[in-house]
Amino acid sequence: MFFTYLRRELRRRMRQAIFIALGLALGIGLVITVTAASTGVKNAQGTVLHALYGAGTDITVTKAPSSNSGGPFGFRVGGGADNGQRPAAGTTFSRDTLLSRSLGTLHSSSVSSIAKQRGVAAAGGALVLTDLSVSGTIPSASSGGGGFGGGGGASNFKTNSFTVNGADLAVGVVGPLSSAKVTSGRTFTSSDGTSNVAVVDSAYASQNKLATGSTMTVAGTKFTVIGIVSQPQGGNPAQVYIPLTRAQTLASMKNQVNTVYVAAASAADIGSVSKSISGVVPGATVTTSSDLASEVTGSLASASSLANNLGKWLAVAVLVAAFLLASLLTMAAVSRRVREFGTLKALGWRSKRIVGQVMGEAIAIGIVGGAVGVALGFAGAALVSKIAPPLSASVGPTTGTATPGGARTFGGGGGFGGVPGGGSGRPGGGAFSRLAANATHTVAVHLTAPVTIGAVVLAVVLAVAGGFVAGSFGGWRAARLRPAAALSRVE
Amino acid sequence: MYKLTDVKKEYQKGRSTVAALAGVDLVIEDGEWLAIQGPTGHGKTTLLQILGGLDRPTSGIVDFDGQDLAALRESQVTKVRAASIGFIFQTFNLIPTLSAQENVEAALVPLGAGPAERRARSAKALESVGLGDRLRHLPSELSGGQQQRVAIARALVKEPKVLLADEPTGNLDEDTRDEIISLLEALWREHGLTLILVTHDSPVARRAQRVGIMRNGRLSIKQDTRRPAG
Repeated sequence: MFFTYLRRELRRRMRQAIFIALGLALGIGLVITVTAASTGVKNAQGTVLHALYGAGTDITVTKAPSSNSGGPFGFRVGGGADNGQRPAAGTTFSRDTLLSRSLGTLHSSSVSSIAKQRGVAAAGGALVLTDLSVSGTIPSASSGGGGFGGGGGASNFKTNSFTVNGADLAVGVVGPLSSAKVTSGRTFTSSDGTSNVAVVDSAYASQNKLATGSTMTVAGTKFTVIGIVSQPQGGNPAQVYIPLTRAQTLASMKNQVNTVYVAAASAADIGSVSKSISGVVPGATVTTSSDLASEVTGSLASASSLANNLGKWLAVAVLVAAFLLASLLTMAAVSRRVREFGTLKALGWRSKRIVGQVMGEAIAIGIVGGAVGVALGFAGAALVSKIAPPLSASVGPTTGTATPGGARTFGGGGGFGGVPGGGSGRPGGGAFSRLAANATHTVAVHLTAPVTIGAVVLAVVLAVAGGFVAGSFGGWRAARLRPAAALSRVE
Repeated sequence: MYKLTDVKKEYQKGRSTVAALAGVDLVIEDGEWLAIQGPTGHGKTTLLQILGGLDRPTSGIVDFDGQDLAALRESQVTKVRAASIGFIFQTFNLIPTLSAQENVEAALVPLGAGPAERRARSAKALESVGLGDRLRHLPSELSGGQQQRVAIARALVKEPKVLLADEPTGNLDEDTRDEIISLLEALWREHGLTLILVTHDSPVARRAQRVGIMRNGRLSIKQDTRRPAG
């Protein structure tokens, strides 16, 4: 009887039922579309962030460089000791060194201290370095302004640099290689710790015609390429990965790291883990993924703001309006059926049963609205995916990454401050470190709006809730009817 | 069956109080047919609603088979209505979206009858009022007389002790009126019901055992030709 009565009643006022269902559908469709767009934006942010820090990494720990931390870099051109004499003109030289100028260093023991903190699932250290090679011929004293590099007009110097990441092989679940996909060869195994083997980023490999089995030089040492990897789109990968212990040796940074990648046991722990790390490693910069997300700017951030603010409130407003409309129309329908309900009460129907009937009808409309809303939501999400313009995301400046862009532009501004008459040179005044640290990394991200199971469940819950709210108002009105008054109503 | 003692019902109309029932004392025996006549607005329908537990008196006792309907909780009165009291209305009050059979079945829902039992009993009730071939018809597909027959079947399907009819022929033409009254009389005799019928129609009222006149909220018995039912 319940379903027969429900079906017949909905058929009788089909136009009104369709109107209510469409109102709910619109609200629910909008909620799904906005949720999908929001998920898409989050995914895009995740893509950018994971590419920067690696999938699974929740926190990175770095340290700002100390004011005089020049690192172990130095050129000695020409023969002999550093006796303050300028090398003879025409002297050729070649140097290839690993630098860590943008980041301060942490002792390796910090990694194990961090790993022991409550809420930490895994922690791995790394050395984010730049391999800088310079070669050329010492010019005559009259031919230059005493400077190396572009600004000095020393066209007979060649510089080359690429980024190197000394990766901790013991911890694979966090760190820069965790989100990498091996496209050729293999990645590191624990037995590679002391070997001169390298994994190369696919973009760098194709630029430099490197393949699995090729050899390349890192800090003057020959390395065999054992694998080519690609990082997710929007990433900012190192160009070459070598075992951490080899990087430490070659950079003369034994037992030192400059980045620690940390995975928290759960997302809820990130805040507390971040605090405890700050206590264990005083002076360190502890960056969480949400800190980094807040530094994402560009149209991706605008889209995020649009989805989270305007979209969310628009969906809420439409949904509230739909609920209100459904409630008012259901109450109006109950008003029109006062005699009918009075008759049912006269027949001995309990108020509860009549309220249940009214709520059943409203919830059925809600479910239909929900189903149409889910379809609308899928259509809306597909439309967003199709017509959304490519979004750009800019991340930076951060202290946790050394950008390849920064390294590639090195030397363009006369940064090599040669010491006239001196036997040594240094990278000029920390220019590299500033360049690397202040670089803003911009990536293009295509926005997709995936409809998740969670969003569909949310829609169903909202639909039932919409019906429930409308039915409650209608039912409340029906329950309050006095049978005598209801039966005396003139229609 | 019924024993009403000084039953009063007052309504507030603006600042003044209107007495719909101004102290009604009445005893109705089991199996009796009582017709109530009177001018419009003098309390006939109010009395019927109080007898059916659809309304409560302002004061007085409405004893129905040893229970005071005026003092029972709403849920208890609902149970009494569901099991023991059948209603017939002037405007039939059928659920427009349900078929004739489903309308009759609706009276069995509060009794907890299963679908098969409901179908069987409702079909039998409709056959007893001559509508065995109209089970699937919607009210809108039936004439006024047929709709009232469906309403009678709905009132009788649960085999109530008392049948309360409020102007059951008020919306019908003369021929149909006679048809319906004859049907009610036959059912009254056949089932040994207590029939309380409110009507403006004197020829209809005259067929009852007793006729009461409601005037200014007071009831006076005008005719008493008690004859045994059946």
